[in-house]
Amino acid sequence: MWEAYQKEIADDHYYFARSCIRQNFFPAAEELFLKIVGQELGKDIYDDPRQTTCTGIAYHSGIVPMKTTMTVVARQFALMTEAGYENFVCSCVTSFGIYTEMLETWKHFPEKEQETRDALKRATGMTFKIPKNLVHCSDLVYKFRKEIAAKTKFRLINKQTGEPLQVVDHIGCHYAKIFPKKGIGGAEFPYVLAGMIDEWGGAQVDYPERRHCCGFGFRQYLLKSNRGYSVSNSKKKFDSMEPFHPDLIIANCPGCTFFLDRWQYVISEMEGKIYGQNGYGIPVLTYEELAGLLLGYNPWDMGLQVHQVAVEPLLNKLGIEYKPDEKYKGINGLDLGKPEMPNVLKCC
Amino acid sequence: MATLKEELIKDIRFVEGLNSCINCGVCTAICPAAQFYNYDPRMIADTVQKGNEAEIEQLLKSDTIWFCGECLSCKTRCPRGNTPGYIIQALRALSIETGFFIESQQGCKQLALKRTIGEHILKYGYCVYIDEVNTQMYPEQGPVWDWFKQNRTQMLERLGAKYKKAGKGTLRQISKESLNDLQRIFDETGATERFEKIENQSAIKARELGFDFQEGKDAYFDYLYNGNTESE
Repeated sequence: MWEAYQKEIADDHYYFARSCIRQNFFPAAEELFLKIVGQELGKDIYDDPRQTTCTGIAYHSGIVPMKTTMTVVARQFALMTEAGYENFVCSCVTSFGIYTEMLETWKHFPEKEQETRDALKRATGMTFKIPKNLVHCSDLVYKFRKEIAAKTKFRLINKQTGEPLQVVDHIGCHYAKIFPKKGIGGAEFPYVLAGMIDEWGGAQVDYPERRHCCGFGFRQYLLKSNRGYSVSNSKKKFDSMEPFHPDLIIANCPGCTFFLDRWQYVISEMEGKIYGQNGYGIPVLTYEELAGLLLGYNPWDMGLQVHQVAVEPLLNKLGIEYKPDEKYKGINGLDLGKPEMPNVLKCC
Repeated sequence: MATLKEELIKDIRFVEGLNSCINCGVCTAICPAAQFYNYDPRMIADTVQKGNEAEIEQLLKSDTIWFCGECLSCKTRCPRGNTPGYIIQALRALSIETGFFIESQQGCKQLALKRTIGEHILKYGYCVYIDEVNTQMYPEQGPVWDWFKQNRTQMLERLGAKYKKAGKGTLRQISKESLNDLQRIFDETGATERFEKIENQSAIKARELGFDFQEGKDAYFDYLYNGNTESE
C-alpha cells in the first residue's frame, strides 16, 4: 500500500515555476528555496523571467475556462522546453493540482492535448514537450531532507527541555486529494511534510482535523462577503489542534500558510481567542523557512517579520539567537519604523 | 437546440465528475462547504444525474452552485469515483454561458472576481499582486501588511525580491511580451469572451438593481464584494 504512494522525484536539473501568493505574501520564501536547492544541495534549477501565473486561482473561481488554463499551462511547458529542461518543479500547490490535472486530462482525452497544442501555436507560435517529471517544491525538500539534516545547526528540539517540538503539518488539498498517487503518502497519510518533521527531530501532532481544508475556497476567500467560510474552516482546525499544544505549524501550500497565519490574528481580534502560549499565536512557517532556520540563516533575511504571528517564541525554543533590532530594518539598517501591534495577539 | 444536460456533457469535467452516484452522502460528510453553508453536494450529483431540465435550470440560477470551495476533498472519498467538485465547475461554466448566473446573489459576484483576479492576470501576469492588496479590502492582512506595504520597496529589496524590475526573481515585472502572450491565449481560448459575458450580463443586473454601472471598483462592485449586509 505504502509503496503505491511513493513518487518519482528527479535528482537534478529542474525548471522552476513560481507561485503568485508566495511572491506577494511570503516574498523571501522562493529565493530561500532556490538558495537551499542551488547552493546547499548543489542542484541545477532554472528561474525563468518569462513565466507567468498559471491562472489556477481564476480557474477555481470559475472566471476562466478550462481551455484557457490548459493553454497557459502549455505555455509554461513550452518555456521549459525552450530552456532545455524536462523536470518541472512548481512552488504552488494550486498550480501543482492544475499542472497534474491538465497532464491527466491529456492522457485520458488525447484530443484535448492536440486542441491545446493548436491553440498555443495560434496564440503564441510556441510548441512544447510534456515534462518527464512534475513535482512540487516540497517534494524536493522531502527528497533531500536527510542531506539538509546533515547541514543543520539546530534540530526541532526544545532547547530548555530537550523534548521534541510538537509540529502540526498542513498539506494543501490540491497536493494529493485530487490525484492521491501524485503525492508522497497519498491523500490519507501524506508524508511530504511529516517526513521532514521526523528527519529534523520534531514530533508530529496527529489531531482530529489534520486533513481538513484550511478554508481558502477560492471565491469564498476572495470575496469579502464570503470570507466567513474561510476563517470558520481554519478555526475548526485550530480548535482541534489546540489540546495538543503545538509549537509550530508548517504548510506546503501558499494559501494555507497565509490563512493559518492571518486567521489566528483575526480570531484573536474577533473573539479574544489565542491558540499559542503566553499570549502569542502558533508560528506558521513554510517548509523552506523551517529548513532555513535549522540551517542557521538569519530569520529577518528570510522574511519572517512579514508573518502576522510572531516567530520569536519558536526561535527561543530552538535556541536560535537573533537580533530583535534588525527585524524591521531596511537596506543598510535603515529604520522603517514598526507595524502597529494587534489589540489582542502578542507580537514582538 | 441542445438541452442543458447535453451542454453539460460537452464539458469533460462533467463527464469525469459523474459516473454513477449512489446517494451515499460521503461527499457531503467530508465537504467543508456543507459544514458552513446550506449546501449538499450529494443533492447536486443527484439532480444532474436525474437529468430533469427544469431542475438543472433551477440549479444554474441558484446560489447553491457557488457555495463549493473547490477543495476537491470529495474526489478523494467518493466510493464510486464521482467528483461533485468537477460537476460544480461544469455547472458554473454553463451558468455563465447561459447568463443564468445573474439570477442568484452568489452568481452575480463573479463580476467582482473578474474585476480583481481576472484583470490582475492580464495587467500584471499574477493572480494576486501586492499593489492591489490593502487592509480595507483584506483586513485580515493585519497591521504587519500595512507596514510591509508602506515600506515594500525597501523591504522587498532587503529580502532579495525584484519588485518592478526586469529579469528573473520574486515579483519581477512581467514583460510586455509575456503579457501579450497571455492576452492572445485569453482571446483564443474563450476567456476574453467569458469576461465580456460577465460584464454585459452584470450591466443588465446592475441597472435592474438601480446601480450606475461603471468600470472597475464601482458601487456595484462594492455591493458584490462587500456584501449586501441587509440580506446576507
